[in-house]
Amino acid sequence: MRKKITTPLNKEKIIELSAGDEVLLSGEVYTSRDAGHKRMIEQMERGENLPFDIKDAIIYYVGPSPNKPGEIIGSAGPTTSYRMDAYTPKLLDSGLSGMIGKGDRNEAVISAMIRNKAIYFAAVGGAAALIADKIVSSEIIAYDDLGTEALRKLIVKDFPCIVVIDSEGHDLYKSEKEKHRITKTN
Amino acid sequence: MRKINVDVVRETVKKLCMEANYYCNNDIIDALKKSKKNETSSIGSNILDQILENADIADRKKMPICQDTGMAIIFLTIGQEIYFEGGLIEKAVQEGVRQGYEEGFLRKSIVKDPFDRVNTGDNTPAIIHYDIVEGNRLTIEVAPKGFGSENMSRIHMLKPSDGIEGAKEAIISTVDLAGGNACPPMIIGVGIGGSFEKAAFLSKKALLRDVGEHSVIPYVKNLEIELLERINQLGIGPQGLGGRTTALGIHIEVFPTHIAGLPVAVNIGCHVTRHAKKII
Repeated sequence: MRKKITTPLNKEKIIELSAGDEVLLSGEVYTSRDAGHKRMIEQMERGENLPFDIKDAIIYYVGPSPNKPGEIIGSAGPTTSYRMDAYTPKLLDSGLSGMIGKGDRNEAVISAMIRNKAIYFAAVGGAAALIADKIVSSEIIAYDDLGTEALRKLIVKDFPCIVVIDSEGHDLYKSEKEKHRITKTN
Repeated sequence: MRKINVDVVRETVKKLCMEANYYCNNDIIDALKKSKKNETSSIGSNILDQILENADIADRKKMPICQDTGMAIIFLTIGQEIYFEGGLIEKAVQEGVRQGYEEGFLRKSIVKDPFDRVNTGDNTPAIIHYDIVEGNRLTIEVAPKGFGSENMSRIHMLKPSDGIEGAKEAIISTVDLAGGNACPPMIIGVGIGGSFEKAAFLSKKALLRDVGEHSVIPYVKNLEIELLERINQLGIGPQGLGGRTTALGIHIEVFPTHIAGLPVAVNIGCHVTRHAKKII
């Protein structure tokens, strides 16, 4: 059974979610990946405001393909998250409540998630056409020059995600792999 | 001598860029369906369903299976009796990629310099591999490669004394490290022998085989069977979230090497490992 959840995700909503929950997410999410993260952190270091309110916001790691005429967006599956690990703790400490991506995170990110009661979802990598169908609007709000890496505000409806690291630090990448691993006895 | 105008090359490359990105090959669809029957994880099984549904949507809407439409890797196998007329073949291929990515609404993912990282805006340059063979046929194969999986690829310069067990260990540890980052279920290309770059090239080329098409060399075929079984016991599963379906196939190429060396290159491919081919 998939739980339906709606952004913004405040701490009360987040602590209700546990690693392994399959959810359908609706509402606003912001897109950012490698170059966009670098730029956000540089702005913060200069003491400037970010182009969006990061409090309780969700960032989706994606660089969509171009939309065909009449379409809202092109294919839009998750990119691999660990490349954003260097930037993520600072964003979490500034109010970011969650991320959507794919693949595991380092200890610094997980600690910052526990500290801030944040959540990390995985979307299915490569399910990019299916996810595009769940995006009901897309608007570039900053960093237009970064092309696919521009900062977008998306509104999604029933976006299928899995809670992979919850606010207590339970990590599905570790626990499920162990569970399904067949240890070879020689 | 057979004359081929480079305009034909450009047009073919353009079409293949789009086809490779829109249509998941049937061998992969079949392998995904087959693996679903053996998948013990319910999350894993749901993920395999999403991957199959996604391939269907992409096919119907003629849109990219994955937003990472990759760096275009082009393999040109050129019969030596061919004479190319009408311009430079290199330019024709790059122009084909440029037009294919623009007209096909494919993502432009190439940056001009590894450090200043400004996007070239047209997904060029493509990487082109030329192979000169006998005859008068031209084979063009386009394999767009996403970097989620490319980043998890490794080359190991082993010692001869490491032997086949060392090679197995190098391959399995690379797959284990790739985990959920490389969009499993993966397809794994392996090049063993040759020199540093030859092993890497062979590992990339191995990804062009149909999934599960084994080597014609008996011991290599056995190695592929053994390693696939062991890899699927690692527990990684679809998207790294646990299960039996970690890899759909592993393809190994071997080549003569130096008395002092045992290069083992592992090129990880994601669950779509795109490639489209045309023989002219």
